[in-house]
Amino acid sequence: MATKKQEKGLNPHMFLARNIFDTKNLKQIPTRDGYGDGVTEAGKTNKNIVVLCCDLTESTRSETFKKAFPDQFIQMGIAEQALASIGAGLSLAGKVPFISSYAAFSPGRNWEQIRTTVALQNSNVKIAGAHAGLSVGPDGATHQMLEDIALMRVMPNMTVEVPCDYFETKKTTIAGAKMIGPFYFRFARAASPVFTTQKTPFKIGKAEIFRFGSDVTFVAAGPVLYEALMAAEQLSKEHGIEARVINAHSIKPFDTKTLIQAAKETGAIVTIEEAQVSGGLAGVVCETLSLTCPVPVERVGVQDTFGESGEPNQLLEAHGLTSPFIALAAIRAIDRKHGRSMTTIPAHITAAEEKKQTLRKLTFEKAIRKKF
Amino acid sequence: MLPPSKLPVRKPLHLHDKKLKVLEKKAFEIRKDLIEMLVEAGSGHSAGPLGMADIFTALYFHVLVHHPKKPDWKLRDRLILSNGHIVPIRYTTMAHAGYFPKQWLNSLRKMGSPLQGHPEHHWLPSLETTSGPLGEGLSQAAGIAYAGRMDGSPWRVYCCTGDGELDEGQCWEAFQFAGDNKLSNLTFIIDRNNIQIDGKTEDVLPLEPLADKLAAFNLHVIRCAGNDIKDFVRAVEEAHATTDKCSVIIASTIPGYGVSFMENDYHWHGMVPKKGAEERQALKDLRTLWGRIQSEHE
Repeated sequence: MATKKQEKGLNPHMFLARNIFDTKNLKQIPTRDGYGDGVTEAGKTNKNIVVLCCDLTESTRSETFKKAFPDQFIQMGIAEQALASIGAGLSLAGKVPFISSYAAFSPGRNWEQIRTTVALQNSNVKIAGAHAGLSVGPDGATHQMLEDIALMRVMPNMTVEVPCDYFETKKTTIAGAKMIGPFYFRFARAASPVFTTQKTPFKIGKAEIFRFGSDVTFVAAGPVLYEALMAAEQLSKEHGIEARVINAHSIKPFDTKTLIQAAKETGAIVTIEEAQVSGGLAGVVCETLSLTCPVPVERVGVQDTFGESGEPNQLLEAHGLTSPFIALAAIRAIDRKHGRSMTTIPAHITAAEEKKQTLRKLTFEKAIRKKF
Repeated sequence: MLPPSKLPVRKPLHLHDKKLKVLEKKAFEIRKDLIEMLVEAGSGHSAGPLGMADIFTALYFHVLVHHPKKPDWKLRDRLILSNGHIVPIRYTTMAHAGYFPKQWLNSLRKMGSPLQGHPEHHWLPSLETTSGPLGEGLSQAAGIAYAGRMDGSPWRVYCCTGDGELDEGQCWEAFQFAGDNKLSNLTFIIDRNNIQIDGKTEDVLPLEPLADKLAAFNLHVIRCAGNDIKDFVRAVEEAHATTDKCSVIIASTIPGYGVSFMENDYHWHGMVPKKGAEERQALKDLRTLWGRIQSEHE
């Protein structure tokens, strides 16, 4: 395998963006654009695809499809529970419905409708969860869906995908249209780095090794995967630590083979996701490893709290989802692997909490200093 | 029953001309601050809050029995905002009413601010509930009103909801409950501005005949002009006088009221004016009633 010959650095077979670490010039596109473009492209070859949306046509990017295929677009009004079950009805009559809304409402609000009429019935419904994660920003906690990965992962028959950038979201959407069965995927509002390319391999159920390394493994999904890659570079430069980075976009089915191999070869794992650490990606990683190859795992993600209003980058920092915090988690995982002593509460969690308090105080005080 | 000394004083609502003038001026000031707050925040919703400025002014400065300095006063009337996205109008009115310093308005949607993008009870308890996801406020209001009646409490519950919000099935579940239980201490106020994010309500998912539907749910339906403070207060008086049913006020409002380029344009549902020309134009429109009167600044 390539891992034996080349033990560190980016995996050339992944065809990642050439200027991947040129943060200034790297293209930034919201992953939701990948959904709009992907479902429209899928619509060109499959006339059975219909897109349903709950009064959020522009912001979910369902609009792209609506413009191309106005007769295959269904406006639902603000009715997510009906969205799920009408979607199921359409699929029972041969259509391939993409039901779109914010993830907080679908699958947030209509979880039970999805459970019975989509998952239990095994209907061919595709659930497109927009505005997932903290990067929704100023709208605040009510609109920042953090529990969807966990909620959807525990549902039998459901496939769950968390794509990392524009291209991968587009590929996910197209792959979802091709496969038969319940399918959930989430994407975000904010623009995020486009660090994969059209040539980057993608297959439902398969994780890809984006970077080679043997000291620790980052298992990440979603746009924060980019932060994991940045953290890996930082660790390599500053500490000589070589982190393997796995793109675990496929939460279910999960590529256990790639994970177990990484656990055996690196002996320490850090999971990174823009969601609650309980139940989601961290959940599937911990469950898999404890059943097969238990190694120290550190979880980077939202630590059992809700989000709040703020700028997307502020919120990612406040919840310890940027590269410096990931690096801290990696060091702790490696320390645990070697049986070294350490703090009870992980440093990446304490540091993020401190950062959150500082950001809150500074931002609020700055705002109210201005006379109104 | 509470001893008479503990009961809040509910004054007759009848509006005298002098008070009406005061309220109208207040609504104007609130609109002005609302625009400035939204410009500063840089994102959020404009049309709904502007359209509801008169109703919120009437509620906080005339209808509600409340205590801005003691927001947890047990005997206060409860105002539940179900369509949480129009919360900027509630924040502005609350600042004017003295719930918190006006400077806070500069912090809307910013990190660490009690003025979250959508209302959050744990950040600012005087909001009564957390909302944003639609339909949930109506049911919570019904629950609060039911509890109030169980205890024979003298306070009333008012629940503001949007019209687009009524697409949600949960709203109608709440209406069934309130109708069935004859919750006369609860008044729903529907902001009938005819718009939602994707377009006109009657194009997206028609609601009409709305009044007939509500009446069929055993609710007492009252119509009023939502940008006419006097007419709204009359509607509330009628609700107070209806003791055998839960009342619902369909307040016909003009979204974006007072700003020439926003009125009745659904695109302004989820946008805010930009700093500079748009902000200046909006403020000028408000000051001059679209140029019908001369601004004192000119």
